[in-house]
Amino acid sequence: MARIEAEIGKPQGGFVKWIDDRFPFTSTMKYHVTEYYASKNFNWWYVFGVLAFVVLAIQLLTGIFLTMNYKPSADDAFASVEYIMRDVEWGWLIRYLHSTGASFFFIVVYLHMFRAMLYGSYKKPRELIWLIGMLIFFVLMAEAFAGYLLPWGQMSYWGAQVIISLFGAIPWVGEALVEIIRGDYSISDITLNRFFALHVIVLPLALIGLVFVHIVALHEVGSNNPDGIDIKKNKDASGKPIDGIAFHPYHTSKDLVAIIVFLMIFCSVVFFAPDMGGYFLEHANFEPANMTATPEHIAPVWYFTPYYAILRAVPSKLWGFVLFAMAVVLPVFLPWLDRCRVRSIRYRGWMYKTALSVFVITFVTLLWLGMQPAEGVYVRMAQFFSVLYFAFFILMPFYTSRDKTKPVPDRVVYHG
Amino acid sequence: MGKLKTLASLMTLGACFFAHQTMAAGGGTHMESADIKPDNISSLQRGARNFMNYCSGCHSAQYVRYKTIGKYLELSEEQLIDNLMFNAEKTFETIQAAMPSKDAARWYGTPPPDLSLMARAKGADYIFNFLKGFYVSPNSPTGVDNLVLSGTSMPHVLWELQGYQTANFATHDNEDGSVTTTFDGFEVLSAGAMDAEDYDDFVRDTVNFLAYIAEPVRAERRKLGVWVLMFLIFFFILASMLKKQIWKDVK
Repeated sequence: MARIEAEIGKPQGGFVKWIDDRFPFTSTMKYHVTEYYASKNFNWWYVFGVLAFVVLAIQLLTGIFLTMNYKPSADDAFASVEYIMRDVEWGWLIRYLHSTGASFFFIVVYLHMFRAMLYGSYKKPRELIWLIGMLIFFVLMAEAFAGYLLPWGQMSYWGAQVIISLFGAIPWVGEALVEIIRGDYSISDITLNRFFALHVIVLPLALIGLVFVHIVALHEVGSNNPDGIDIKKNKDASGKPIDGIAFHPYHTSKDLVAIIVFLMIFCSVVFFAPDMGGYFLEHANFEPANMTATPEHIAPVWYFTPYYAILRAVPSKLWGFVLFAMAVVLPVFLPWLDRCRVRSIRYRGWMYKTALSVFVITFVTLLWLGMQPAEGVYVRMAQFFSVLYFAFFILMPFYTSRDKTKPVPDRVVYHG
Repeated sequence: MGKLKTLASLMTLGACFFAHQTMAAGGGTHMESADIKPDNISSLQRGARNFMNYCSGCHSAQYVRYKTIGKYLELSEEQLIDNLMFNAEKTFETIQAAMPSKDAARWYGTPPPDLSLMARAKGADYIFNFLKGFYVSPNSPTGVDNLVLSGTSMPHVLWELQGYQTANFATHDNEDGSVTTTFDGFEVLSAGAMDAEDYDDFVRDTVNFLAYIAEPVRAERRKLGVWVLMFLIFFFILASMLKKQIWKDVK
């Protein structure tokens, strides 16, 4: 009797085994962390995925605490943000982390996307990862846009007014659509309330879900590398890729260094330049929303300005909107527009190298142009660079299929 | 490590790319730098005195508590009550204008704006030049206009100190037949109680105070930021050593 009792109560391999009998804990950790093999020759372009994850965590955490003190109403929103900034313990830090995080989310995500373009990470078999990633980007844009209305400053109000009214350019359904988005005939308390709901529940949920799927899809096919070589083609006797090293502890220890460097830059902004000269927190947004006074100069926050510049480059409202939407959506098709058999820019010819360089210059110039007044030479420049922007995508099948490529080595290049 | 440095500087560059651009100046006239000293407590104390004596009659600073000011400006509760709190009883109260906003809107056409965040919305230079920019304009209901904000409904509150000045404008005929008017300096009409230099200092202190109330936490965040960065540098060294150790066997 006593013997049986002792056997029943005795742990049969510890707590972890108890869990493993009921939940795939160890196997999941192995599959996704300790035995997920990624190439050993990752360069520092490969840290932006992890950094985007870090920023997401910052935004979620600080967002929770902001929600505890923010009031989503047209009468109280502006004052409640100032209450957070002045009277809530550490409120200023939480708010600056969140507002700086918004801009850094886009910096990191733009660089993450650029990495994919450098090394052909969107090419077969990773098309689905790219598509999910583009969905994440769209949700992120919506999330940032909804969030920007919440402080209920002048730029919140008029920026939203301008962007939402764009949808009015769509034939037939445009006006009705605008009313549905606003929930009113102008941007009002009702709009603020629904944007709050979108910003704190709907879109973050979508974002978390998509990020999860993004990573699951990545771990299914494996990470690309700066040489664009399939490391699974060279396996050792135990079946592990020769050029691969485990995500943990190798890549995690490297990512930790990257996260700290990132936090140094991030915190420099948070503590020493939270407005970033009016680009992260626009000056006009320190005045409460006033529907009877339009600010002198309305410009969206910097991360939307490349597309905004394209919108304003077109004289027609409808075609401006069409090109604006196309500019945002076109990168979705990269896996099929790019006809080159070689993934990495290291082994691609001068045509793609030139096209990508011009594209980077184009993007940054459009970003700058979107902040300038839409007049004179700025409009001409925006038109010129809009053409270049679209040419990069539309001509891609031609120049990528004709481009001379270099032979790709069998093993990744690694100098230790 | 070299590549890491390049990348770090690239990211900083990306973030700082546009940070140097100055704020939009009204009217396109040249803005004189306010040159405020945010760490000079006595300048801020003088600014608080100026604000309560000359601004708070009409303008509120509805997010600013006397208590907060007292703490940073090193003023005791008695000093606050005796010198700054004209229409408030407790130090946790916020700065309210003496003049009811409704009446003000009727008298001036527009209510005097709250000044809590004016320095962040418009910039210190803007307010500095605005307070120095009043000039006699017989057609205006207040008798003055302003070089920075033309058509302002604010009267020249500080006339006793600055005196009155007129503005000279030069006109240029352009080749296409249009005419451009440019500002060509002020001319003293009647001297005030202060000379130009003292008045500049007076306005500078006031603007300094406005910049302080726009972001009272500025000094604290900068002080904390130094500690945070020092911690991160220390953490960076440890993490780099850890990374090197772990990557030793990767060939």
